[in-house]
Amino acid sequence: MKMYEIVRTEELAPKIKLFEVFAPEIAKKAKPGQFIIVIIGEKGERVPLTIAGYDAGKGTITFVFNEVGKTTRQLGMMKPGECIWNITGPLGNPSEIKYFGKVLCVAGGVMIAPMLLQVKALREAGNTVVTVIGARIKELLFFKEEMKALSHRLYVATDDGSEGYRGLDFLKDVLASEKFDRCVAMGPVAMLQTVCELTRPYKIPTIVTLMPIMVDGMGMCGVCRVNVGGQMKFGCVDGPEFDGHIVDFEELIKRQRMFLPEERLSALLWELGGCSCGGK
Amino acid sequence: MAESESKPKIKKKAVPMPKQPPEVRKHNFNEVALGYTEEQALEEASRCLQCPKPQCVKGCPVEIDIPAFIKLLREGKYEEGIRKIKEKNSLPAICGRVCPQEEQCQMMCVLGKVGDPVSIGRLERFLADWERAKGFTIPEKAPPTGKRVAVIGAGPAGLTAAADLAKLGHEVVIFEALHLPGGVLVYGIPEFRLPKSIVQAEVDYIKKLGVELKLGYLIGRTYTIPELLKDEGFDAVFIGTGAGLPQFLGVPGENLGGIYSANEFLIRVNLMKSYAFPEYDTPIRIGRHVAVIGGGNVAMDAARSALRLGAEQVCIVYRRSREEMPARKEEIENAEEEGIICKFLAAPTRFIGDEKGWVKQMECIRMELGPPDESGRRRPVPVKGSEFLMDVDTVIIAIGRTPNPIIQRTTEGLAVTKWGTIVTDENGKTSLEGVYAGGDIVTGEATVISAMGAGKKAARAIHEYLMSKK
Repeated sequence: MKMYEIVRTEELAPKIKLFEVFAPEIAKKAKPGQFIIVIIGEKGERVPLTIAGYDAGKGTITFVFNEVGKTTRQLGMMKPGECIWNITGPLGNPSEIKYFGKVLCVAGGVMIAPMLLQVKALREAGNTVVTVIGARIKELLFFKEEMKALSHRLYVATDDGSEGYRGLDFLKDVLASEKFDRCVAMGPVAMLQTVCELTRPYKIPTIVTLMPIMVDGMGMCGVCRVNVGGQMKFGCVDGPEFDGHIVDFEELIKRQRMFLPEERLSALLWELGGCSCGGK
Repeated sequence: MAESESKPKIKKKAVPMPKQPPEVRKHNFNEVALGYTEEQALEEASRCLQCPKPQCVKGCPVEIDIPAFIKLLREGKYEEGIRKIKEKNSLPAICGRVCPQEEQCQMMCVLGKVGDPVSIGRLERFLADWERAKGFTIPEKAPPTGKRVAVIGAGPAGLTAAADLAKLGHEVVIFEALHLPGGVLVYGIPEFRLPKSIVQAEVDYIKKLGVELKLGYLIGRTYTIPELLKDEGFDAVFIGTGAGLPQFLGVPGENLGGIYSANEFLIRVNLMKSYAFPEYDTPIRIGRHVAVIGGGNVAMDAARSALRLGAEQVCIVYRRSREEMPARKEEIENAEEEGIICKFLAAPTRFIGDEKGWVKQMECIRMELGPPDESGRRRPVPVKGSEFLMDVDTVIIAIGRTPNPIIQRTTEGLAVTKWGTIVTDENGKTSLEGVYAGGDIVTGEATVISAMGAGKKAARAIHEYLMSKK
């Protein structure tokens, strides 16, 4: 098998794709919480994606992405047997996995995939794991059965209430009625912020995975800087996990939108097929 | 022969370097300095006095036999000339362009006392460009030693160490964390000062020496140094990972949109080629009024890149005066010729954003110079109550970099200074057996040539270590 060859693809939900890729060196070293940088071609950007699985025996890693921008949509069109141009990893610090007691895991959207890895590891470390998975609408939910099998209890939530609870408000009652020793949250920044506000009154240590804009992803450019407890931290080398109760989410949301106009332009031109790059 | 007989006439003026005119070049990313023609090179070479006790060599960090290569050049023996340089320096096309010769070899040139020193760098570049145009000759390699060396980082230090070790017969694998080789030569120094095709040619030469290049391998993560030595079968490791993490000012508003570290800005533009967005996928946004904070070469590179990307006005804000600026004089002149404004004795105190979180103004305070600090330069002291506002929509912070922490954090037993640089002896040996280091990761931010010098020394030390080891 060739390096970075796509072994398997699966559409988990509309526009959410899982790729299994041959990358034996990364597969051997990867741990829950780490990410990779994917480049699809010579002219491509460096896209950070959280690792959702690894199999050192097969030499493969798994990641899941949302087909939203130009690069992820191009990536989504690739087929098994094709090779990704370059993958660097595993990057970032691995998650702290040990016995905490009772852990609340909250995952939203595409980050449900790496949360499965997290839940599995926490469970193996002897924790009682209560999991929440959420999405905008029920069609975008995935890994329900897998998550159910691994968790002691599973809650499902959607923004529009089309499946399970509507939003995360139900957690107020959960948190009021039982004690958690730790909370792990992965998902969109707005969701992370909501979870942190819910756990704050109970002083539950809440670990959030941040994926700010990155370029190199290995401690060079500083674009992934995040204000954590008044200190400047870099998502790539100090993170990606931080104490959610002291993260400046407002600033992070603004920083994530910095290049929105350019990202839209790039996607639009690609859709129109008008740019000279020929789609690669 | 002839030189000793007739007394040479001293030519005080150097042959000027042909350049793209400022009005033209500020709109493109092509190389500014065009290089001497053969005629110009011969003319400039004829100015060398061929001193019996050459001072210039003392100024060269890698001790190139400068009078000897210049003599060969003016005799038309270009092949021998470039070989003379390459005895000491495997990357002459790069050094001829980016070395601060005015502080090194050319500062020592005796002609400098009566006029312009010999333009040694330009002559080095001429020979290197001549060689590249005709195609490289691969030097003979020593027979294989059966020893394997891992070189971490494909920048100036790593490439030099790799080339030397390969020539000595060792099997060399370079692990580069980025997706392209070259390190700072590719992600940092812009195309208009060092065309990337030249870096590529030098890398190709090193590959022809048999060096294997692995891209996208972050050592400390994909493999740790102990794993390279224990599990991957390497007998020695050279760490040349450079200066990484950008420094910030630590003033309010620094995380607003439109504020880049110079590293981010230059990586986007140079490595990711965002000047060609959307053909290339990585975007960059340049406003109309750009402020660059800092006074080094990186600040000049960032300012001149911003101008080429279409900024209306680019202003360099430096807290000391022109005399203390660490950038090369030539680069300051180039920048000013292109219309970049330098504002001296001022430093930002805070950034003010608009409702969307984008920077719109920068508050600065005026400085005056106090007594010299530990760097020997006069220390800037803020003038109370002298704050003023500048309208800006892009800010690039170019005040230095600190070492990347990943290797230090993942290598047990590796001695590190309080600044995070790796401790070595004068030959690059670290506290761990078989592990050597050199370049910015040891010295903190310095020059390309000093990194190459360190790579060379370490290669020699690694060779001795490997050959003495059973």
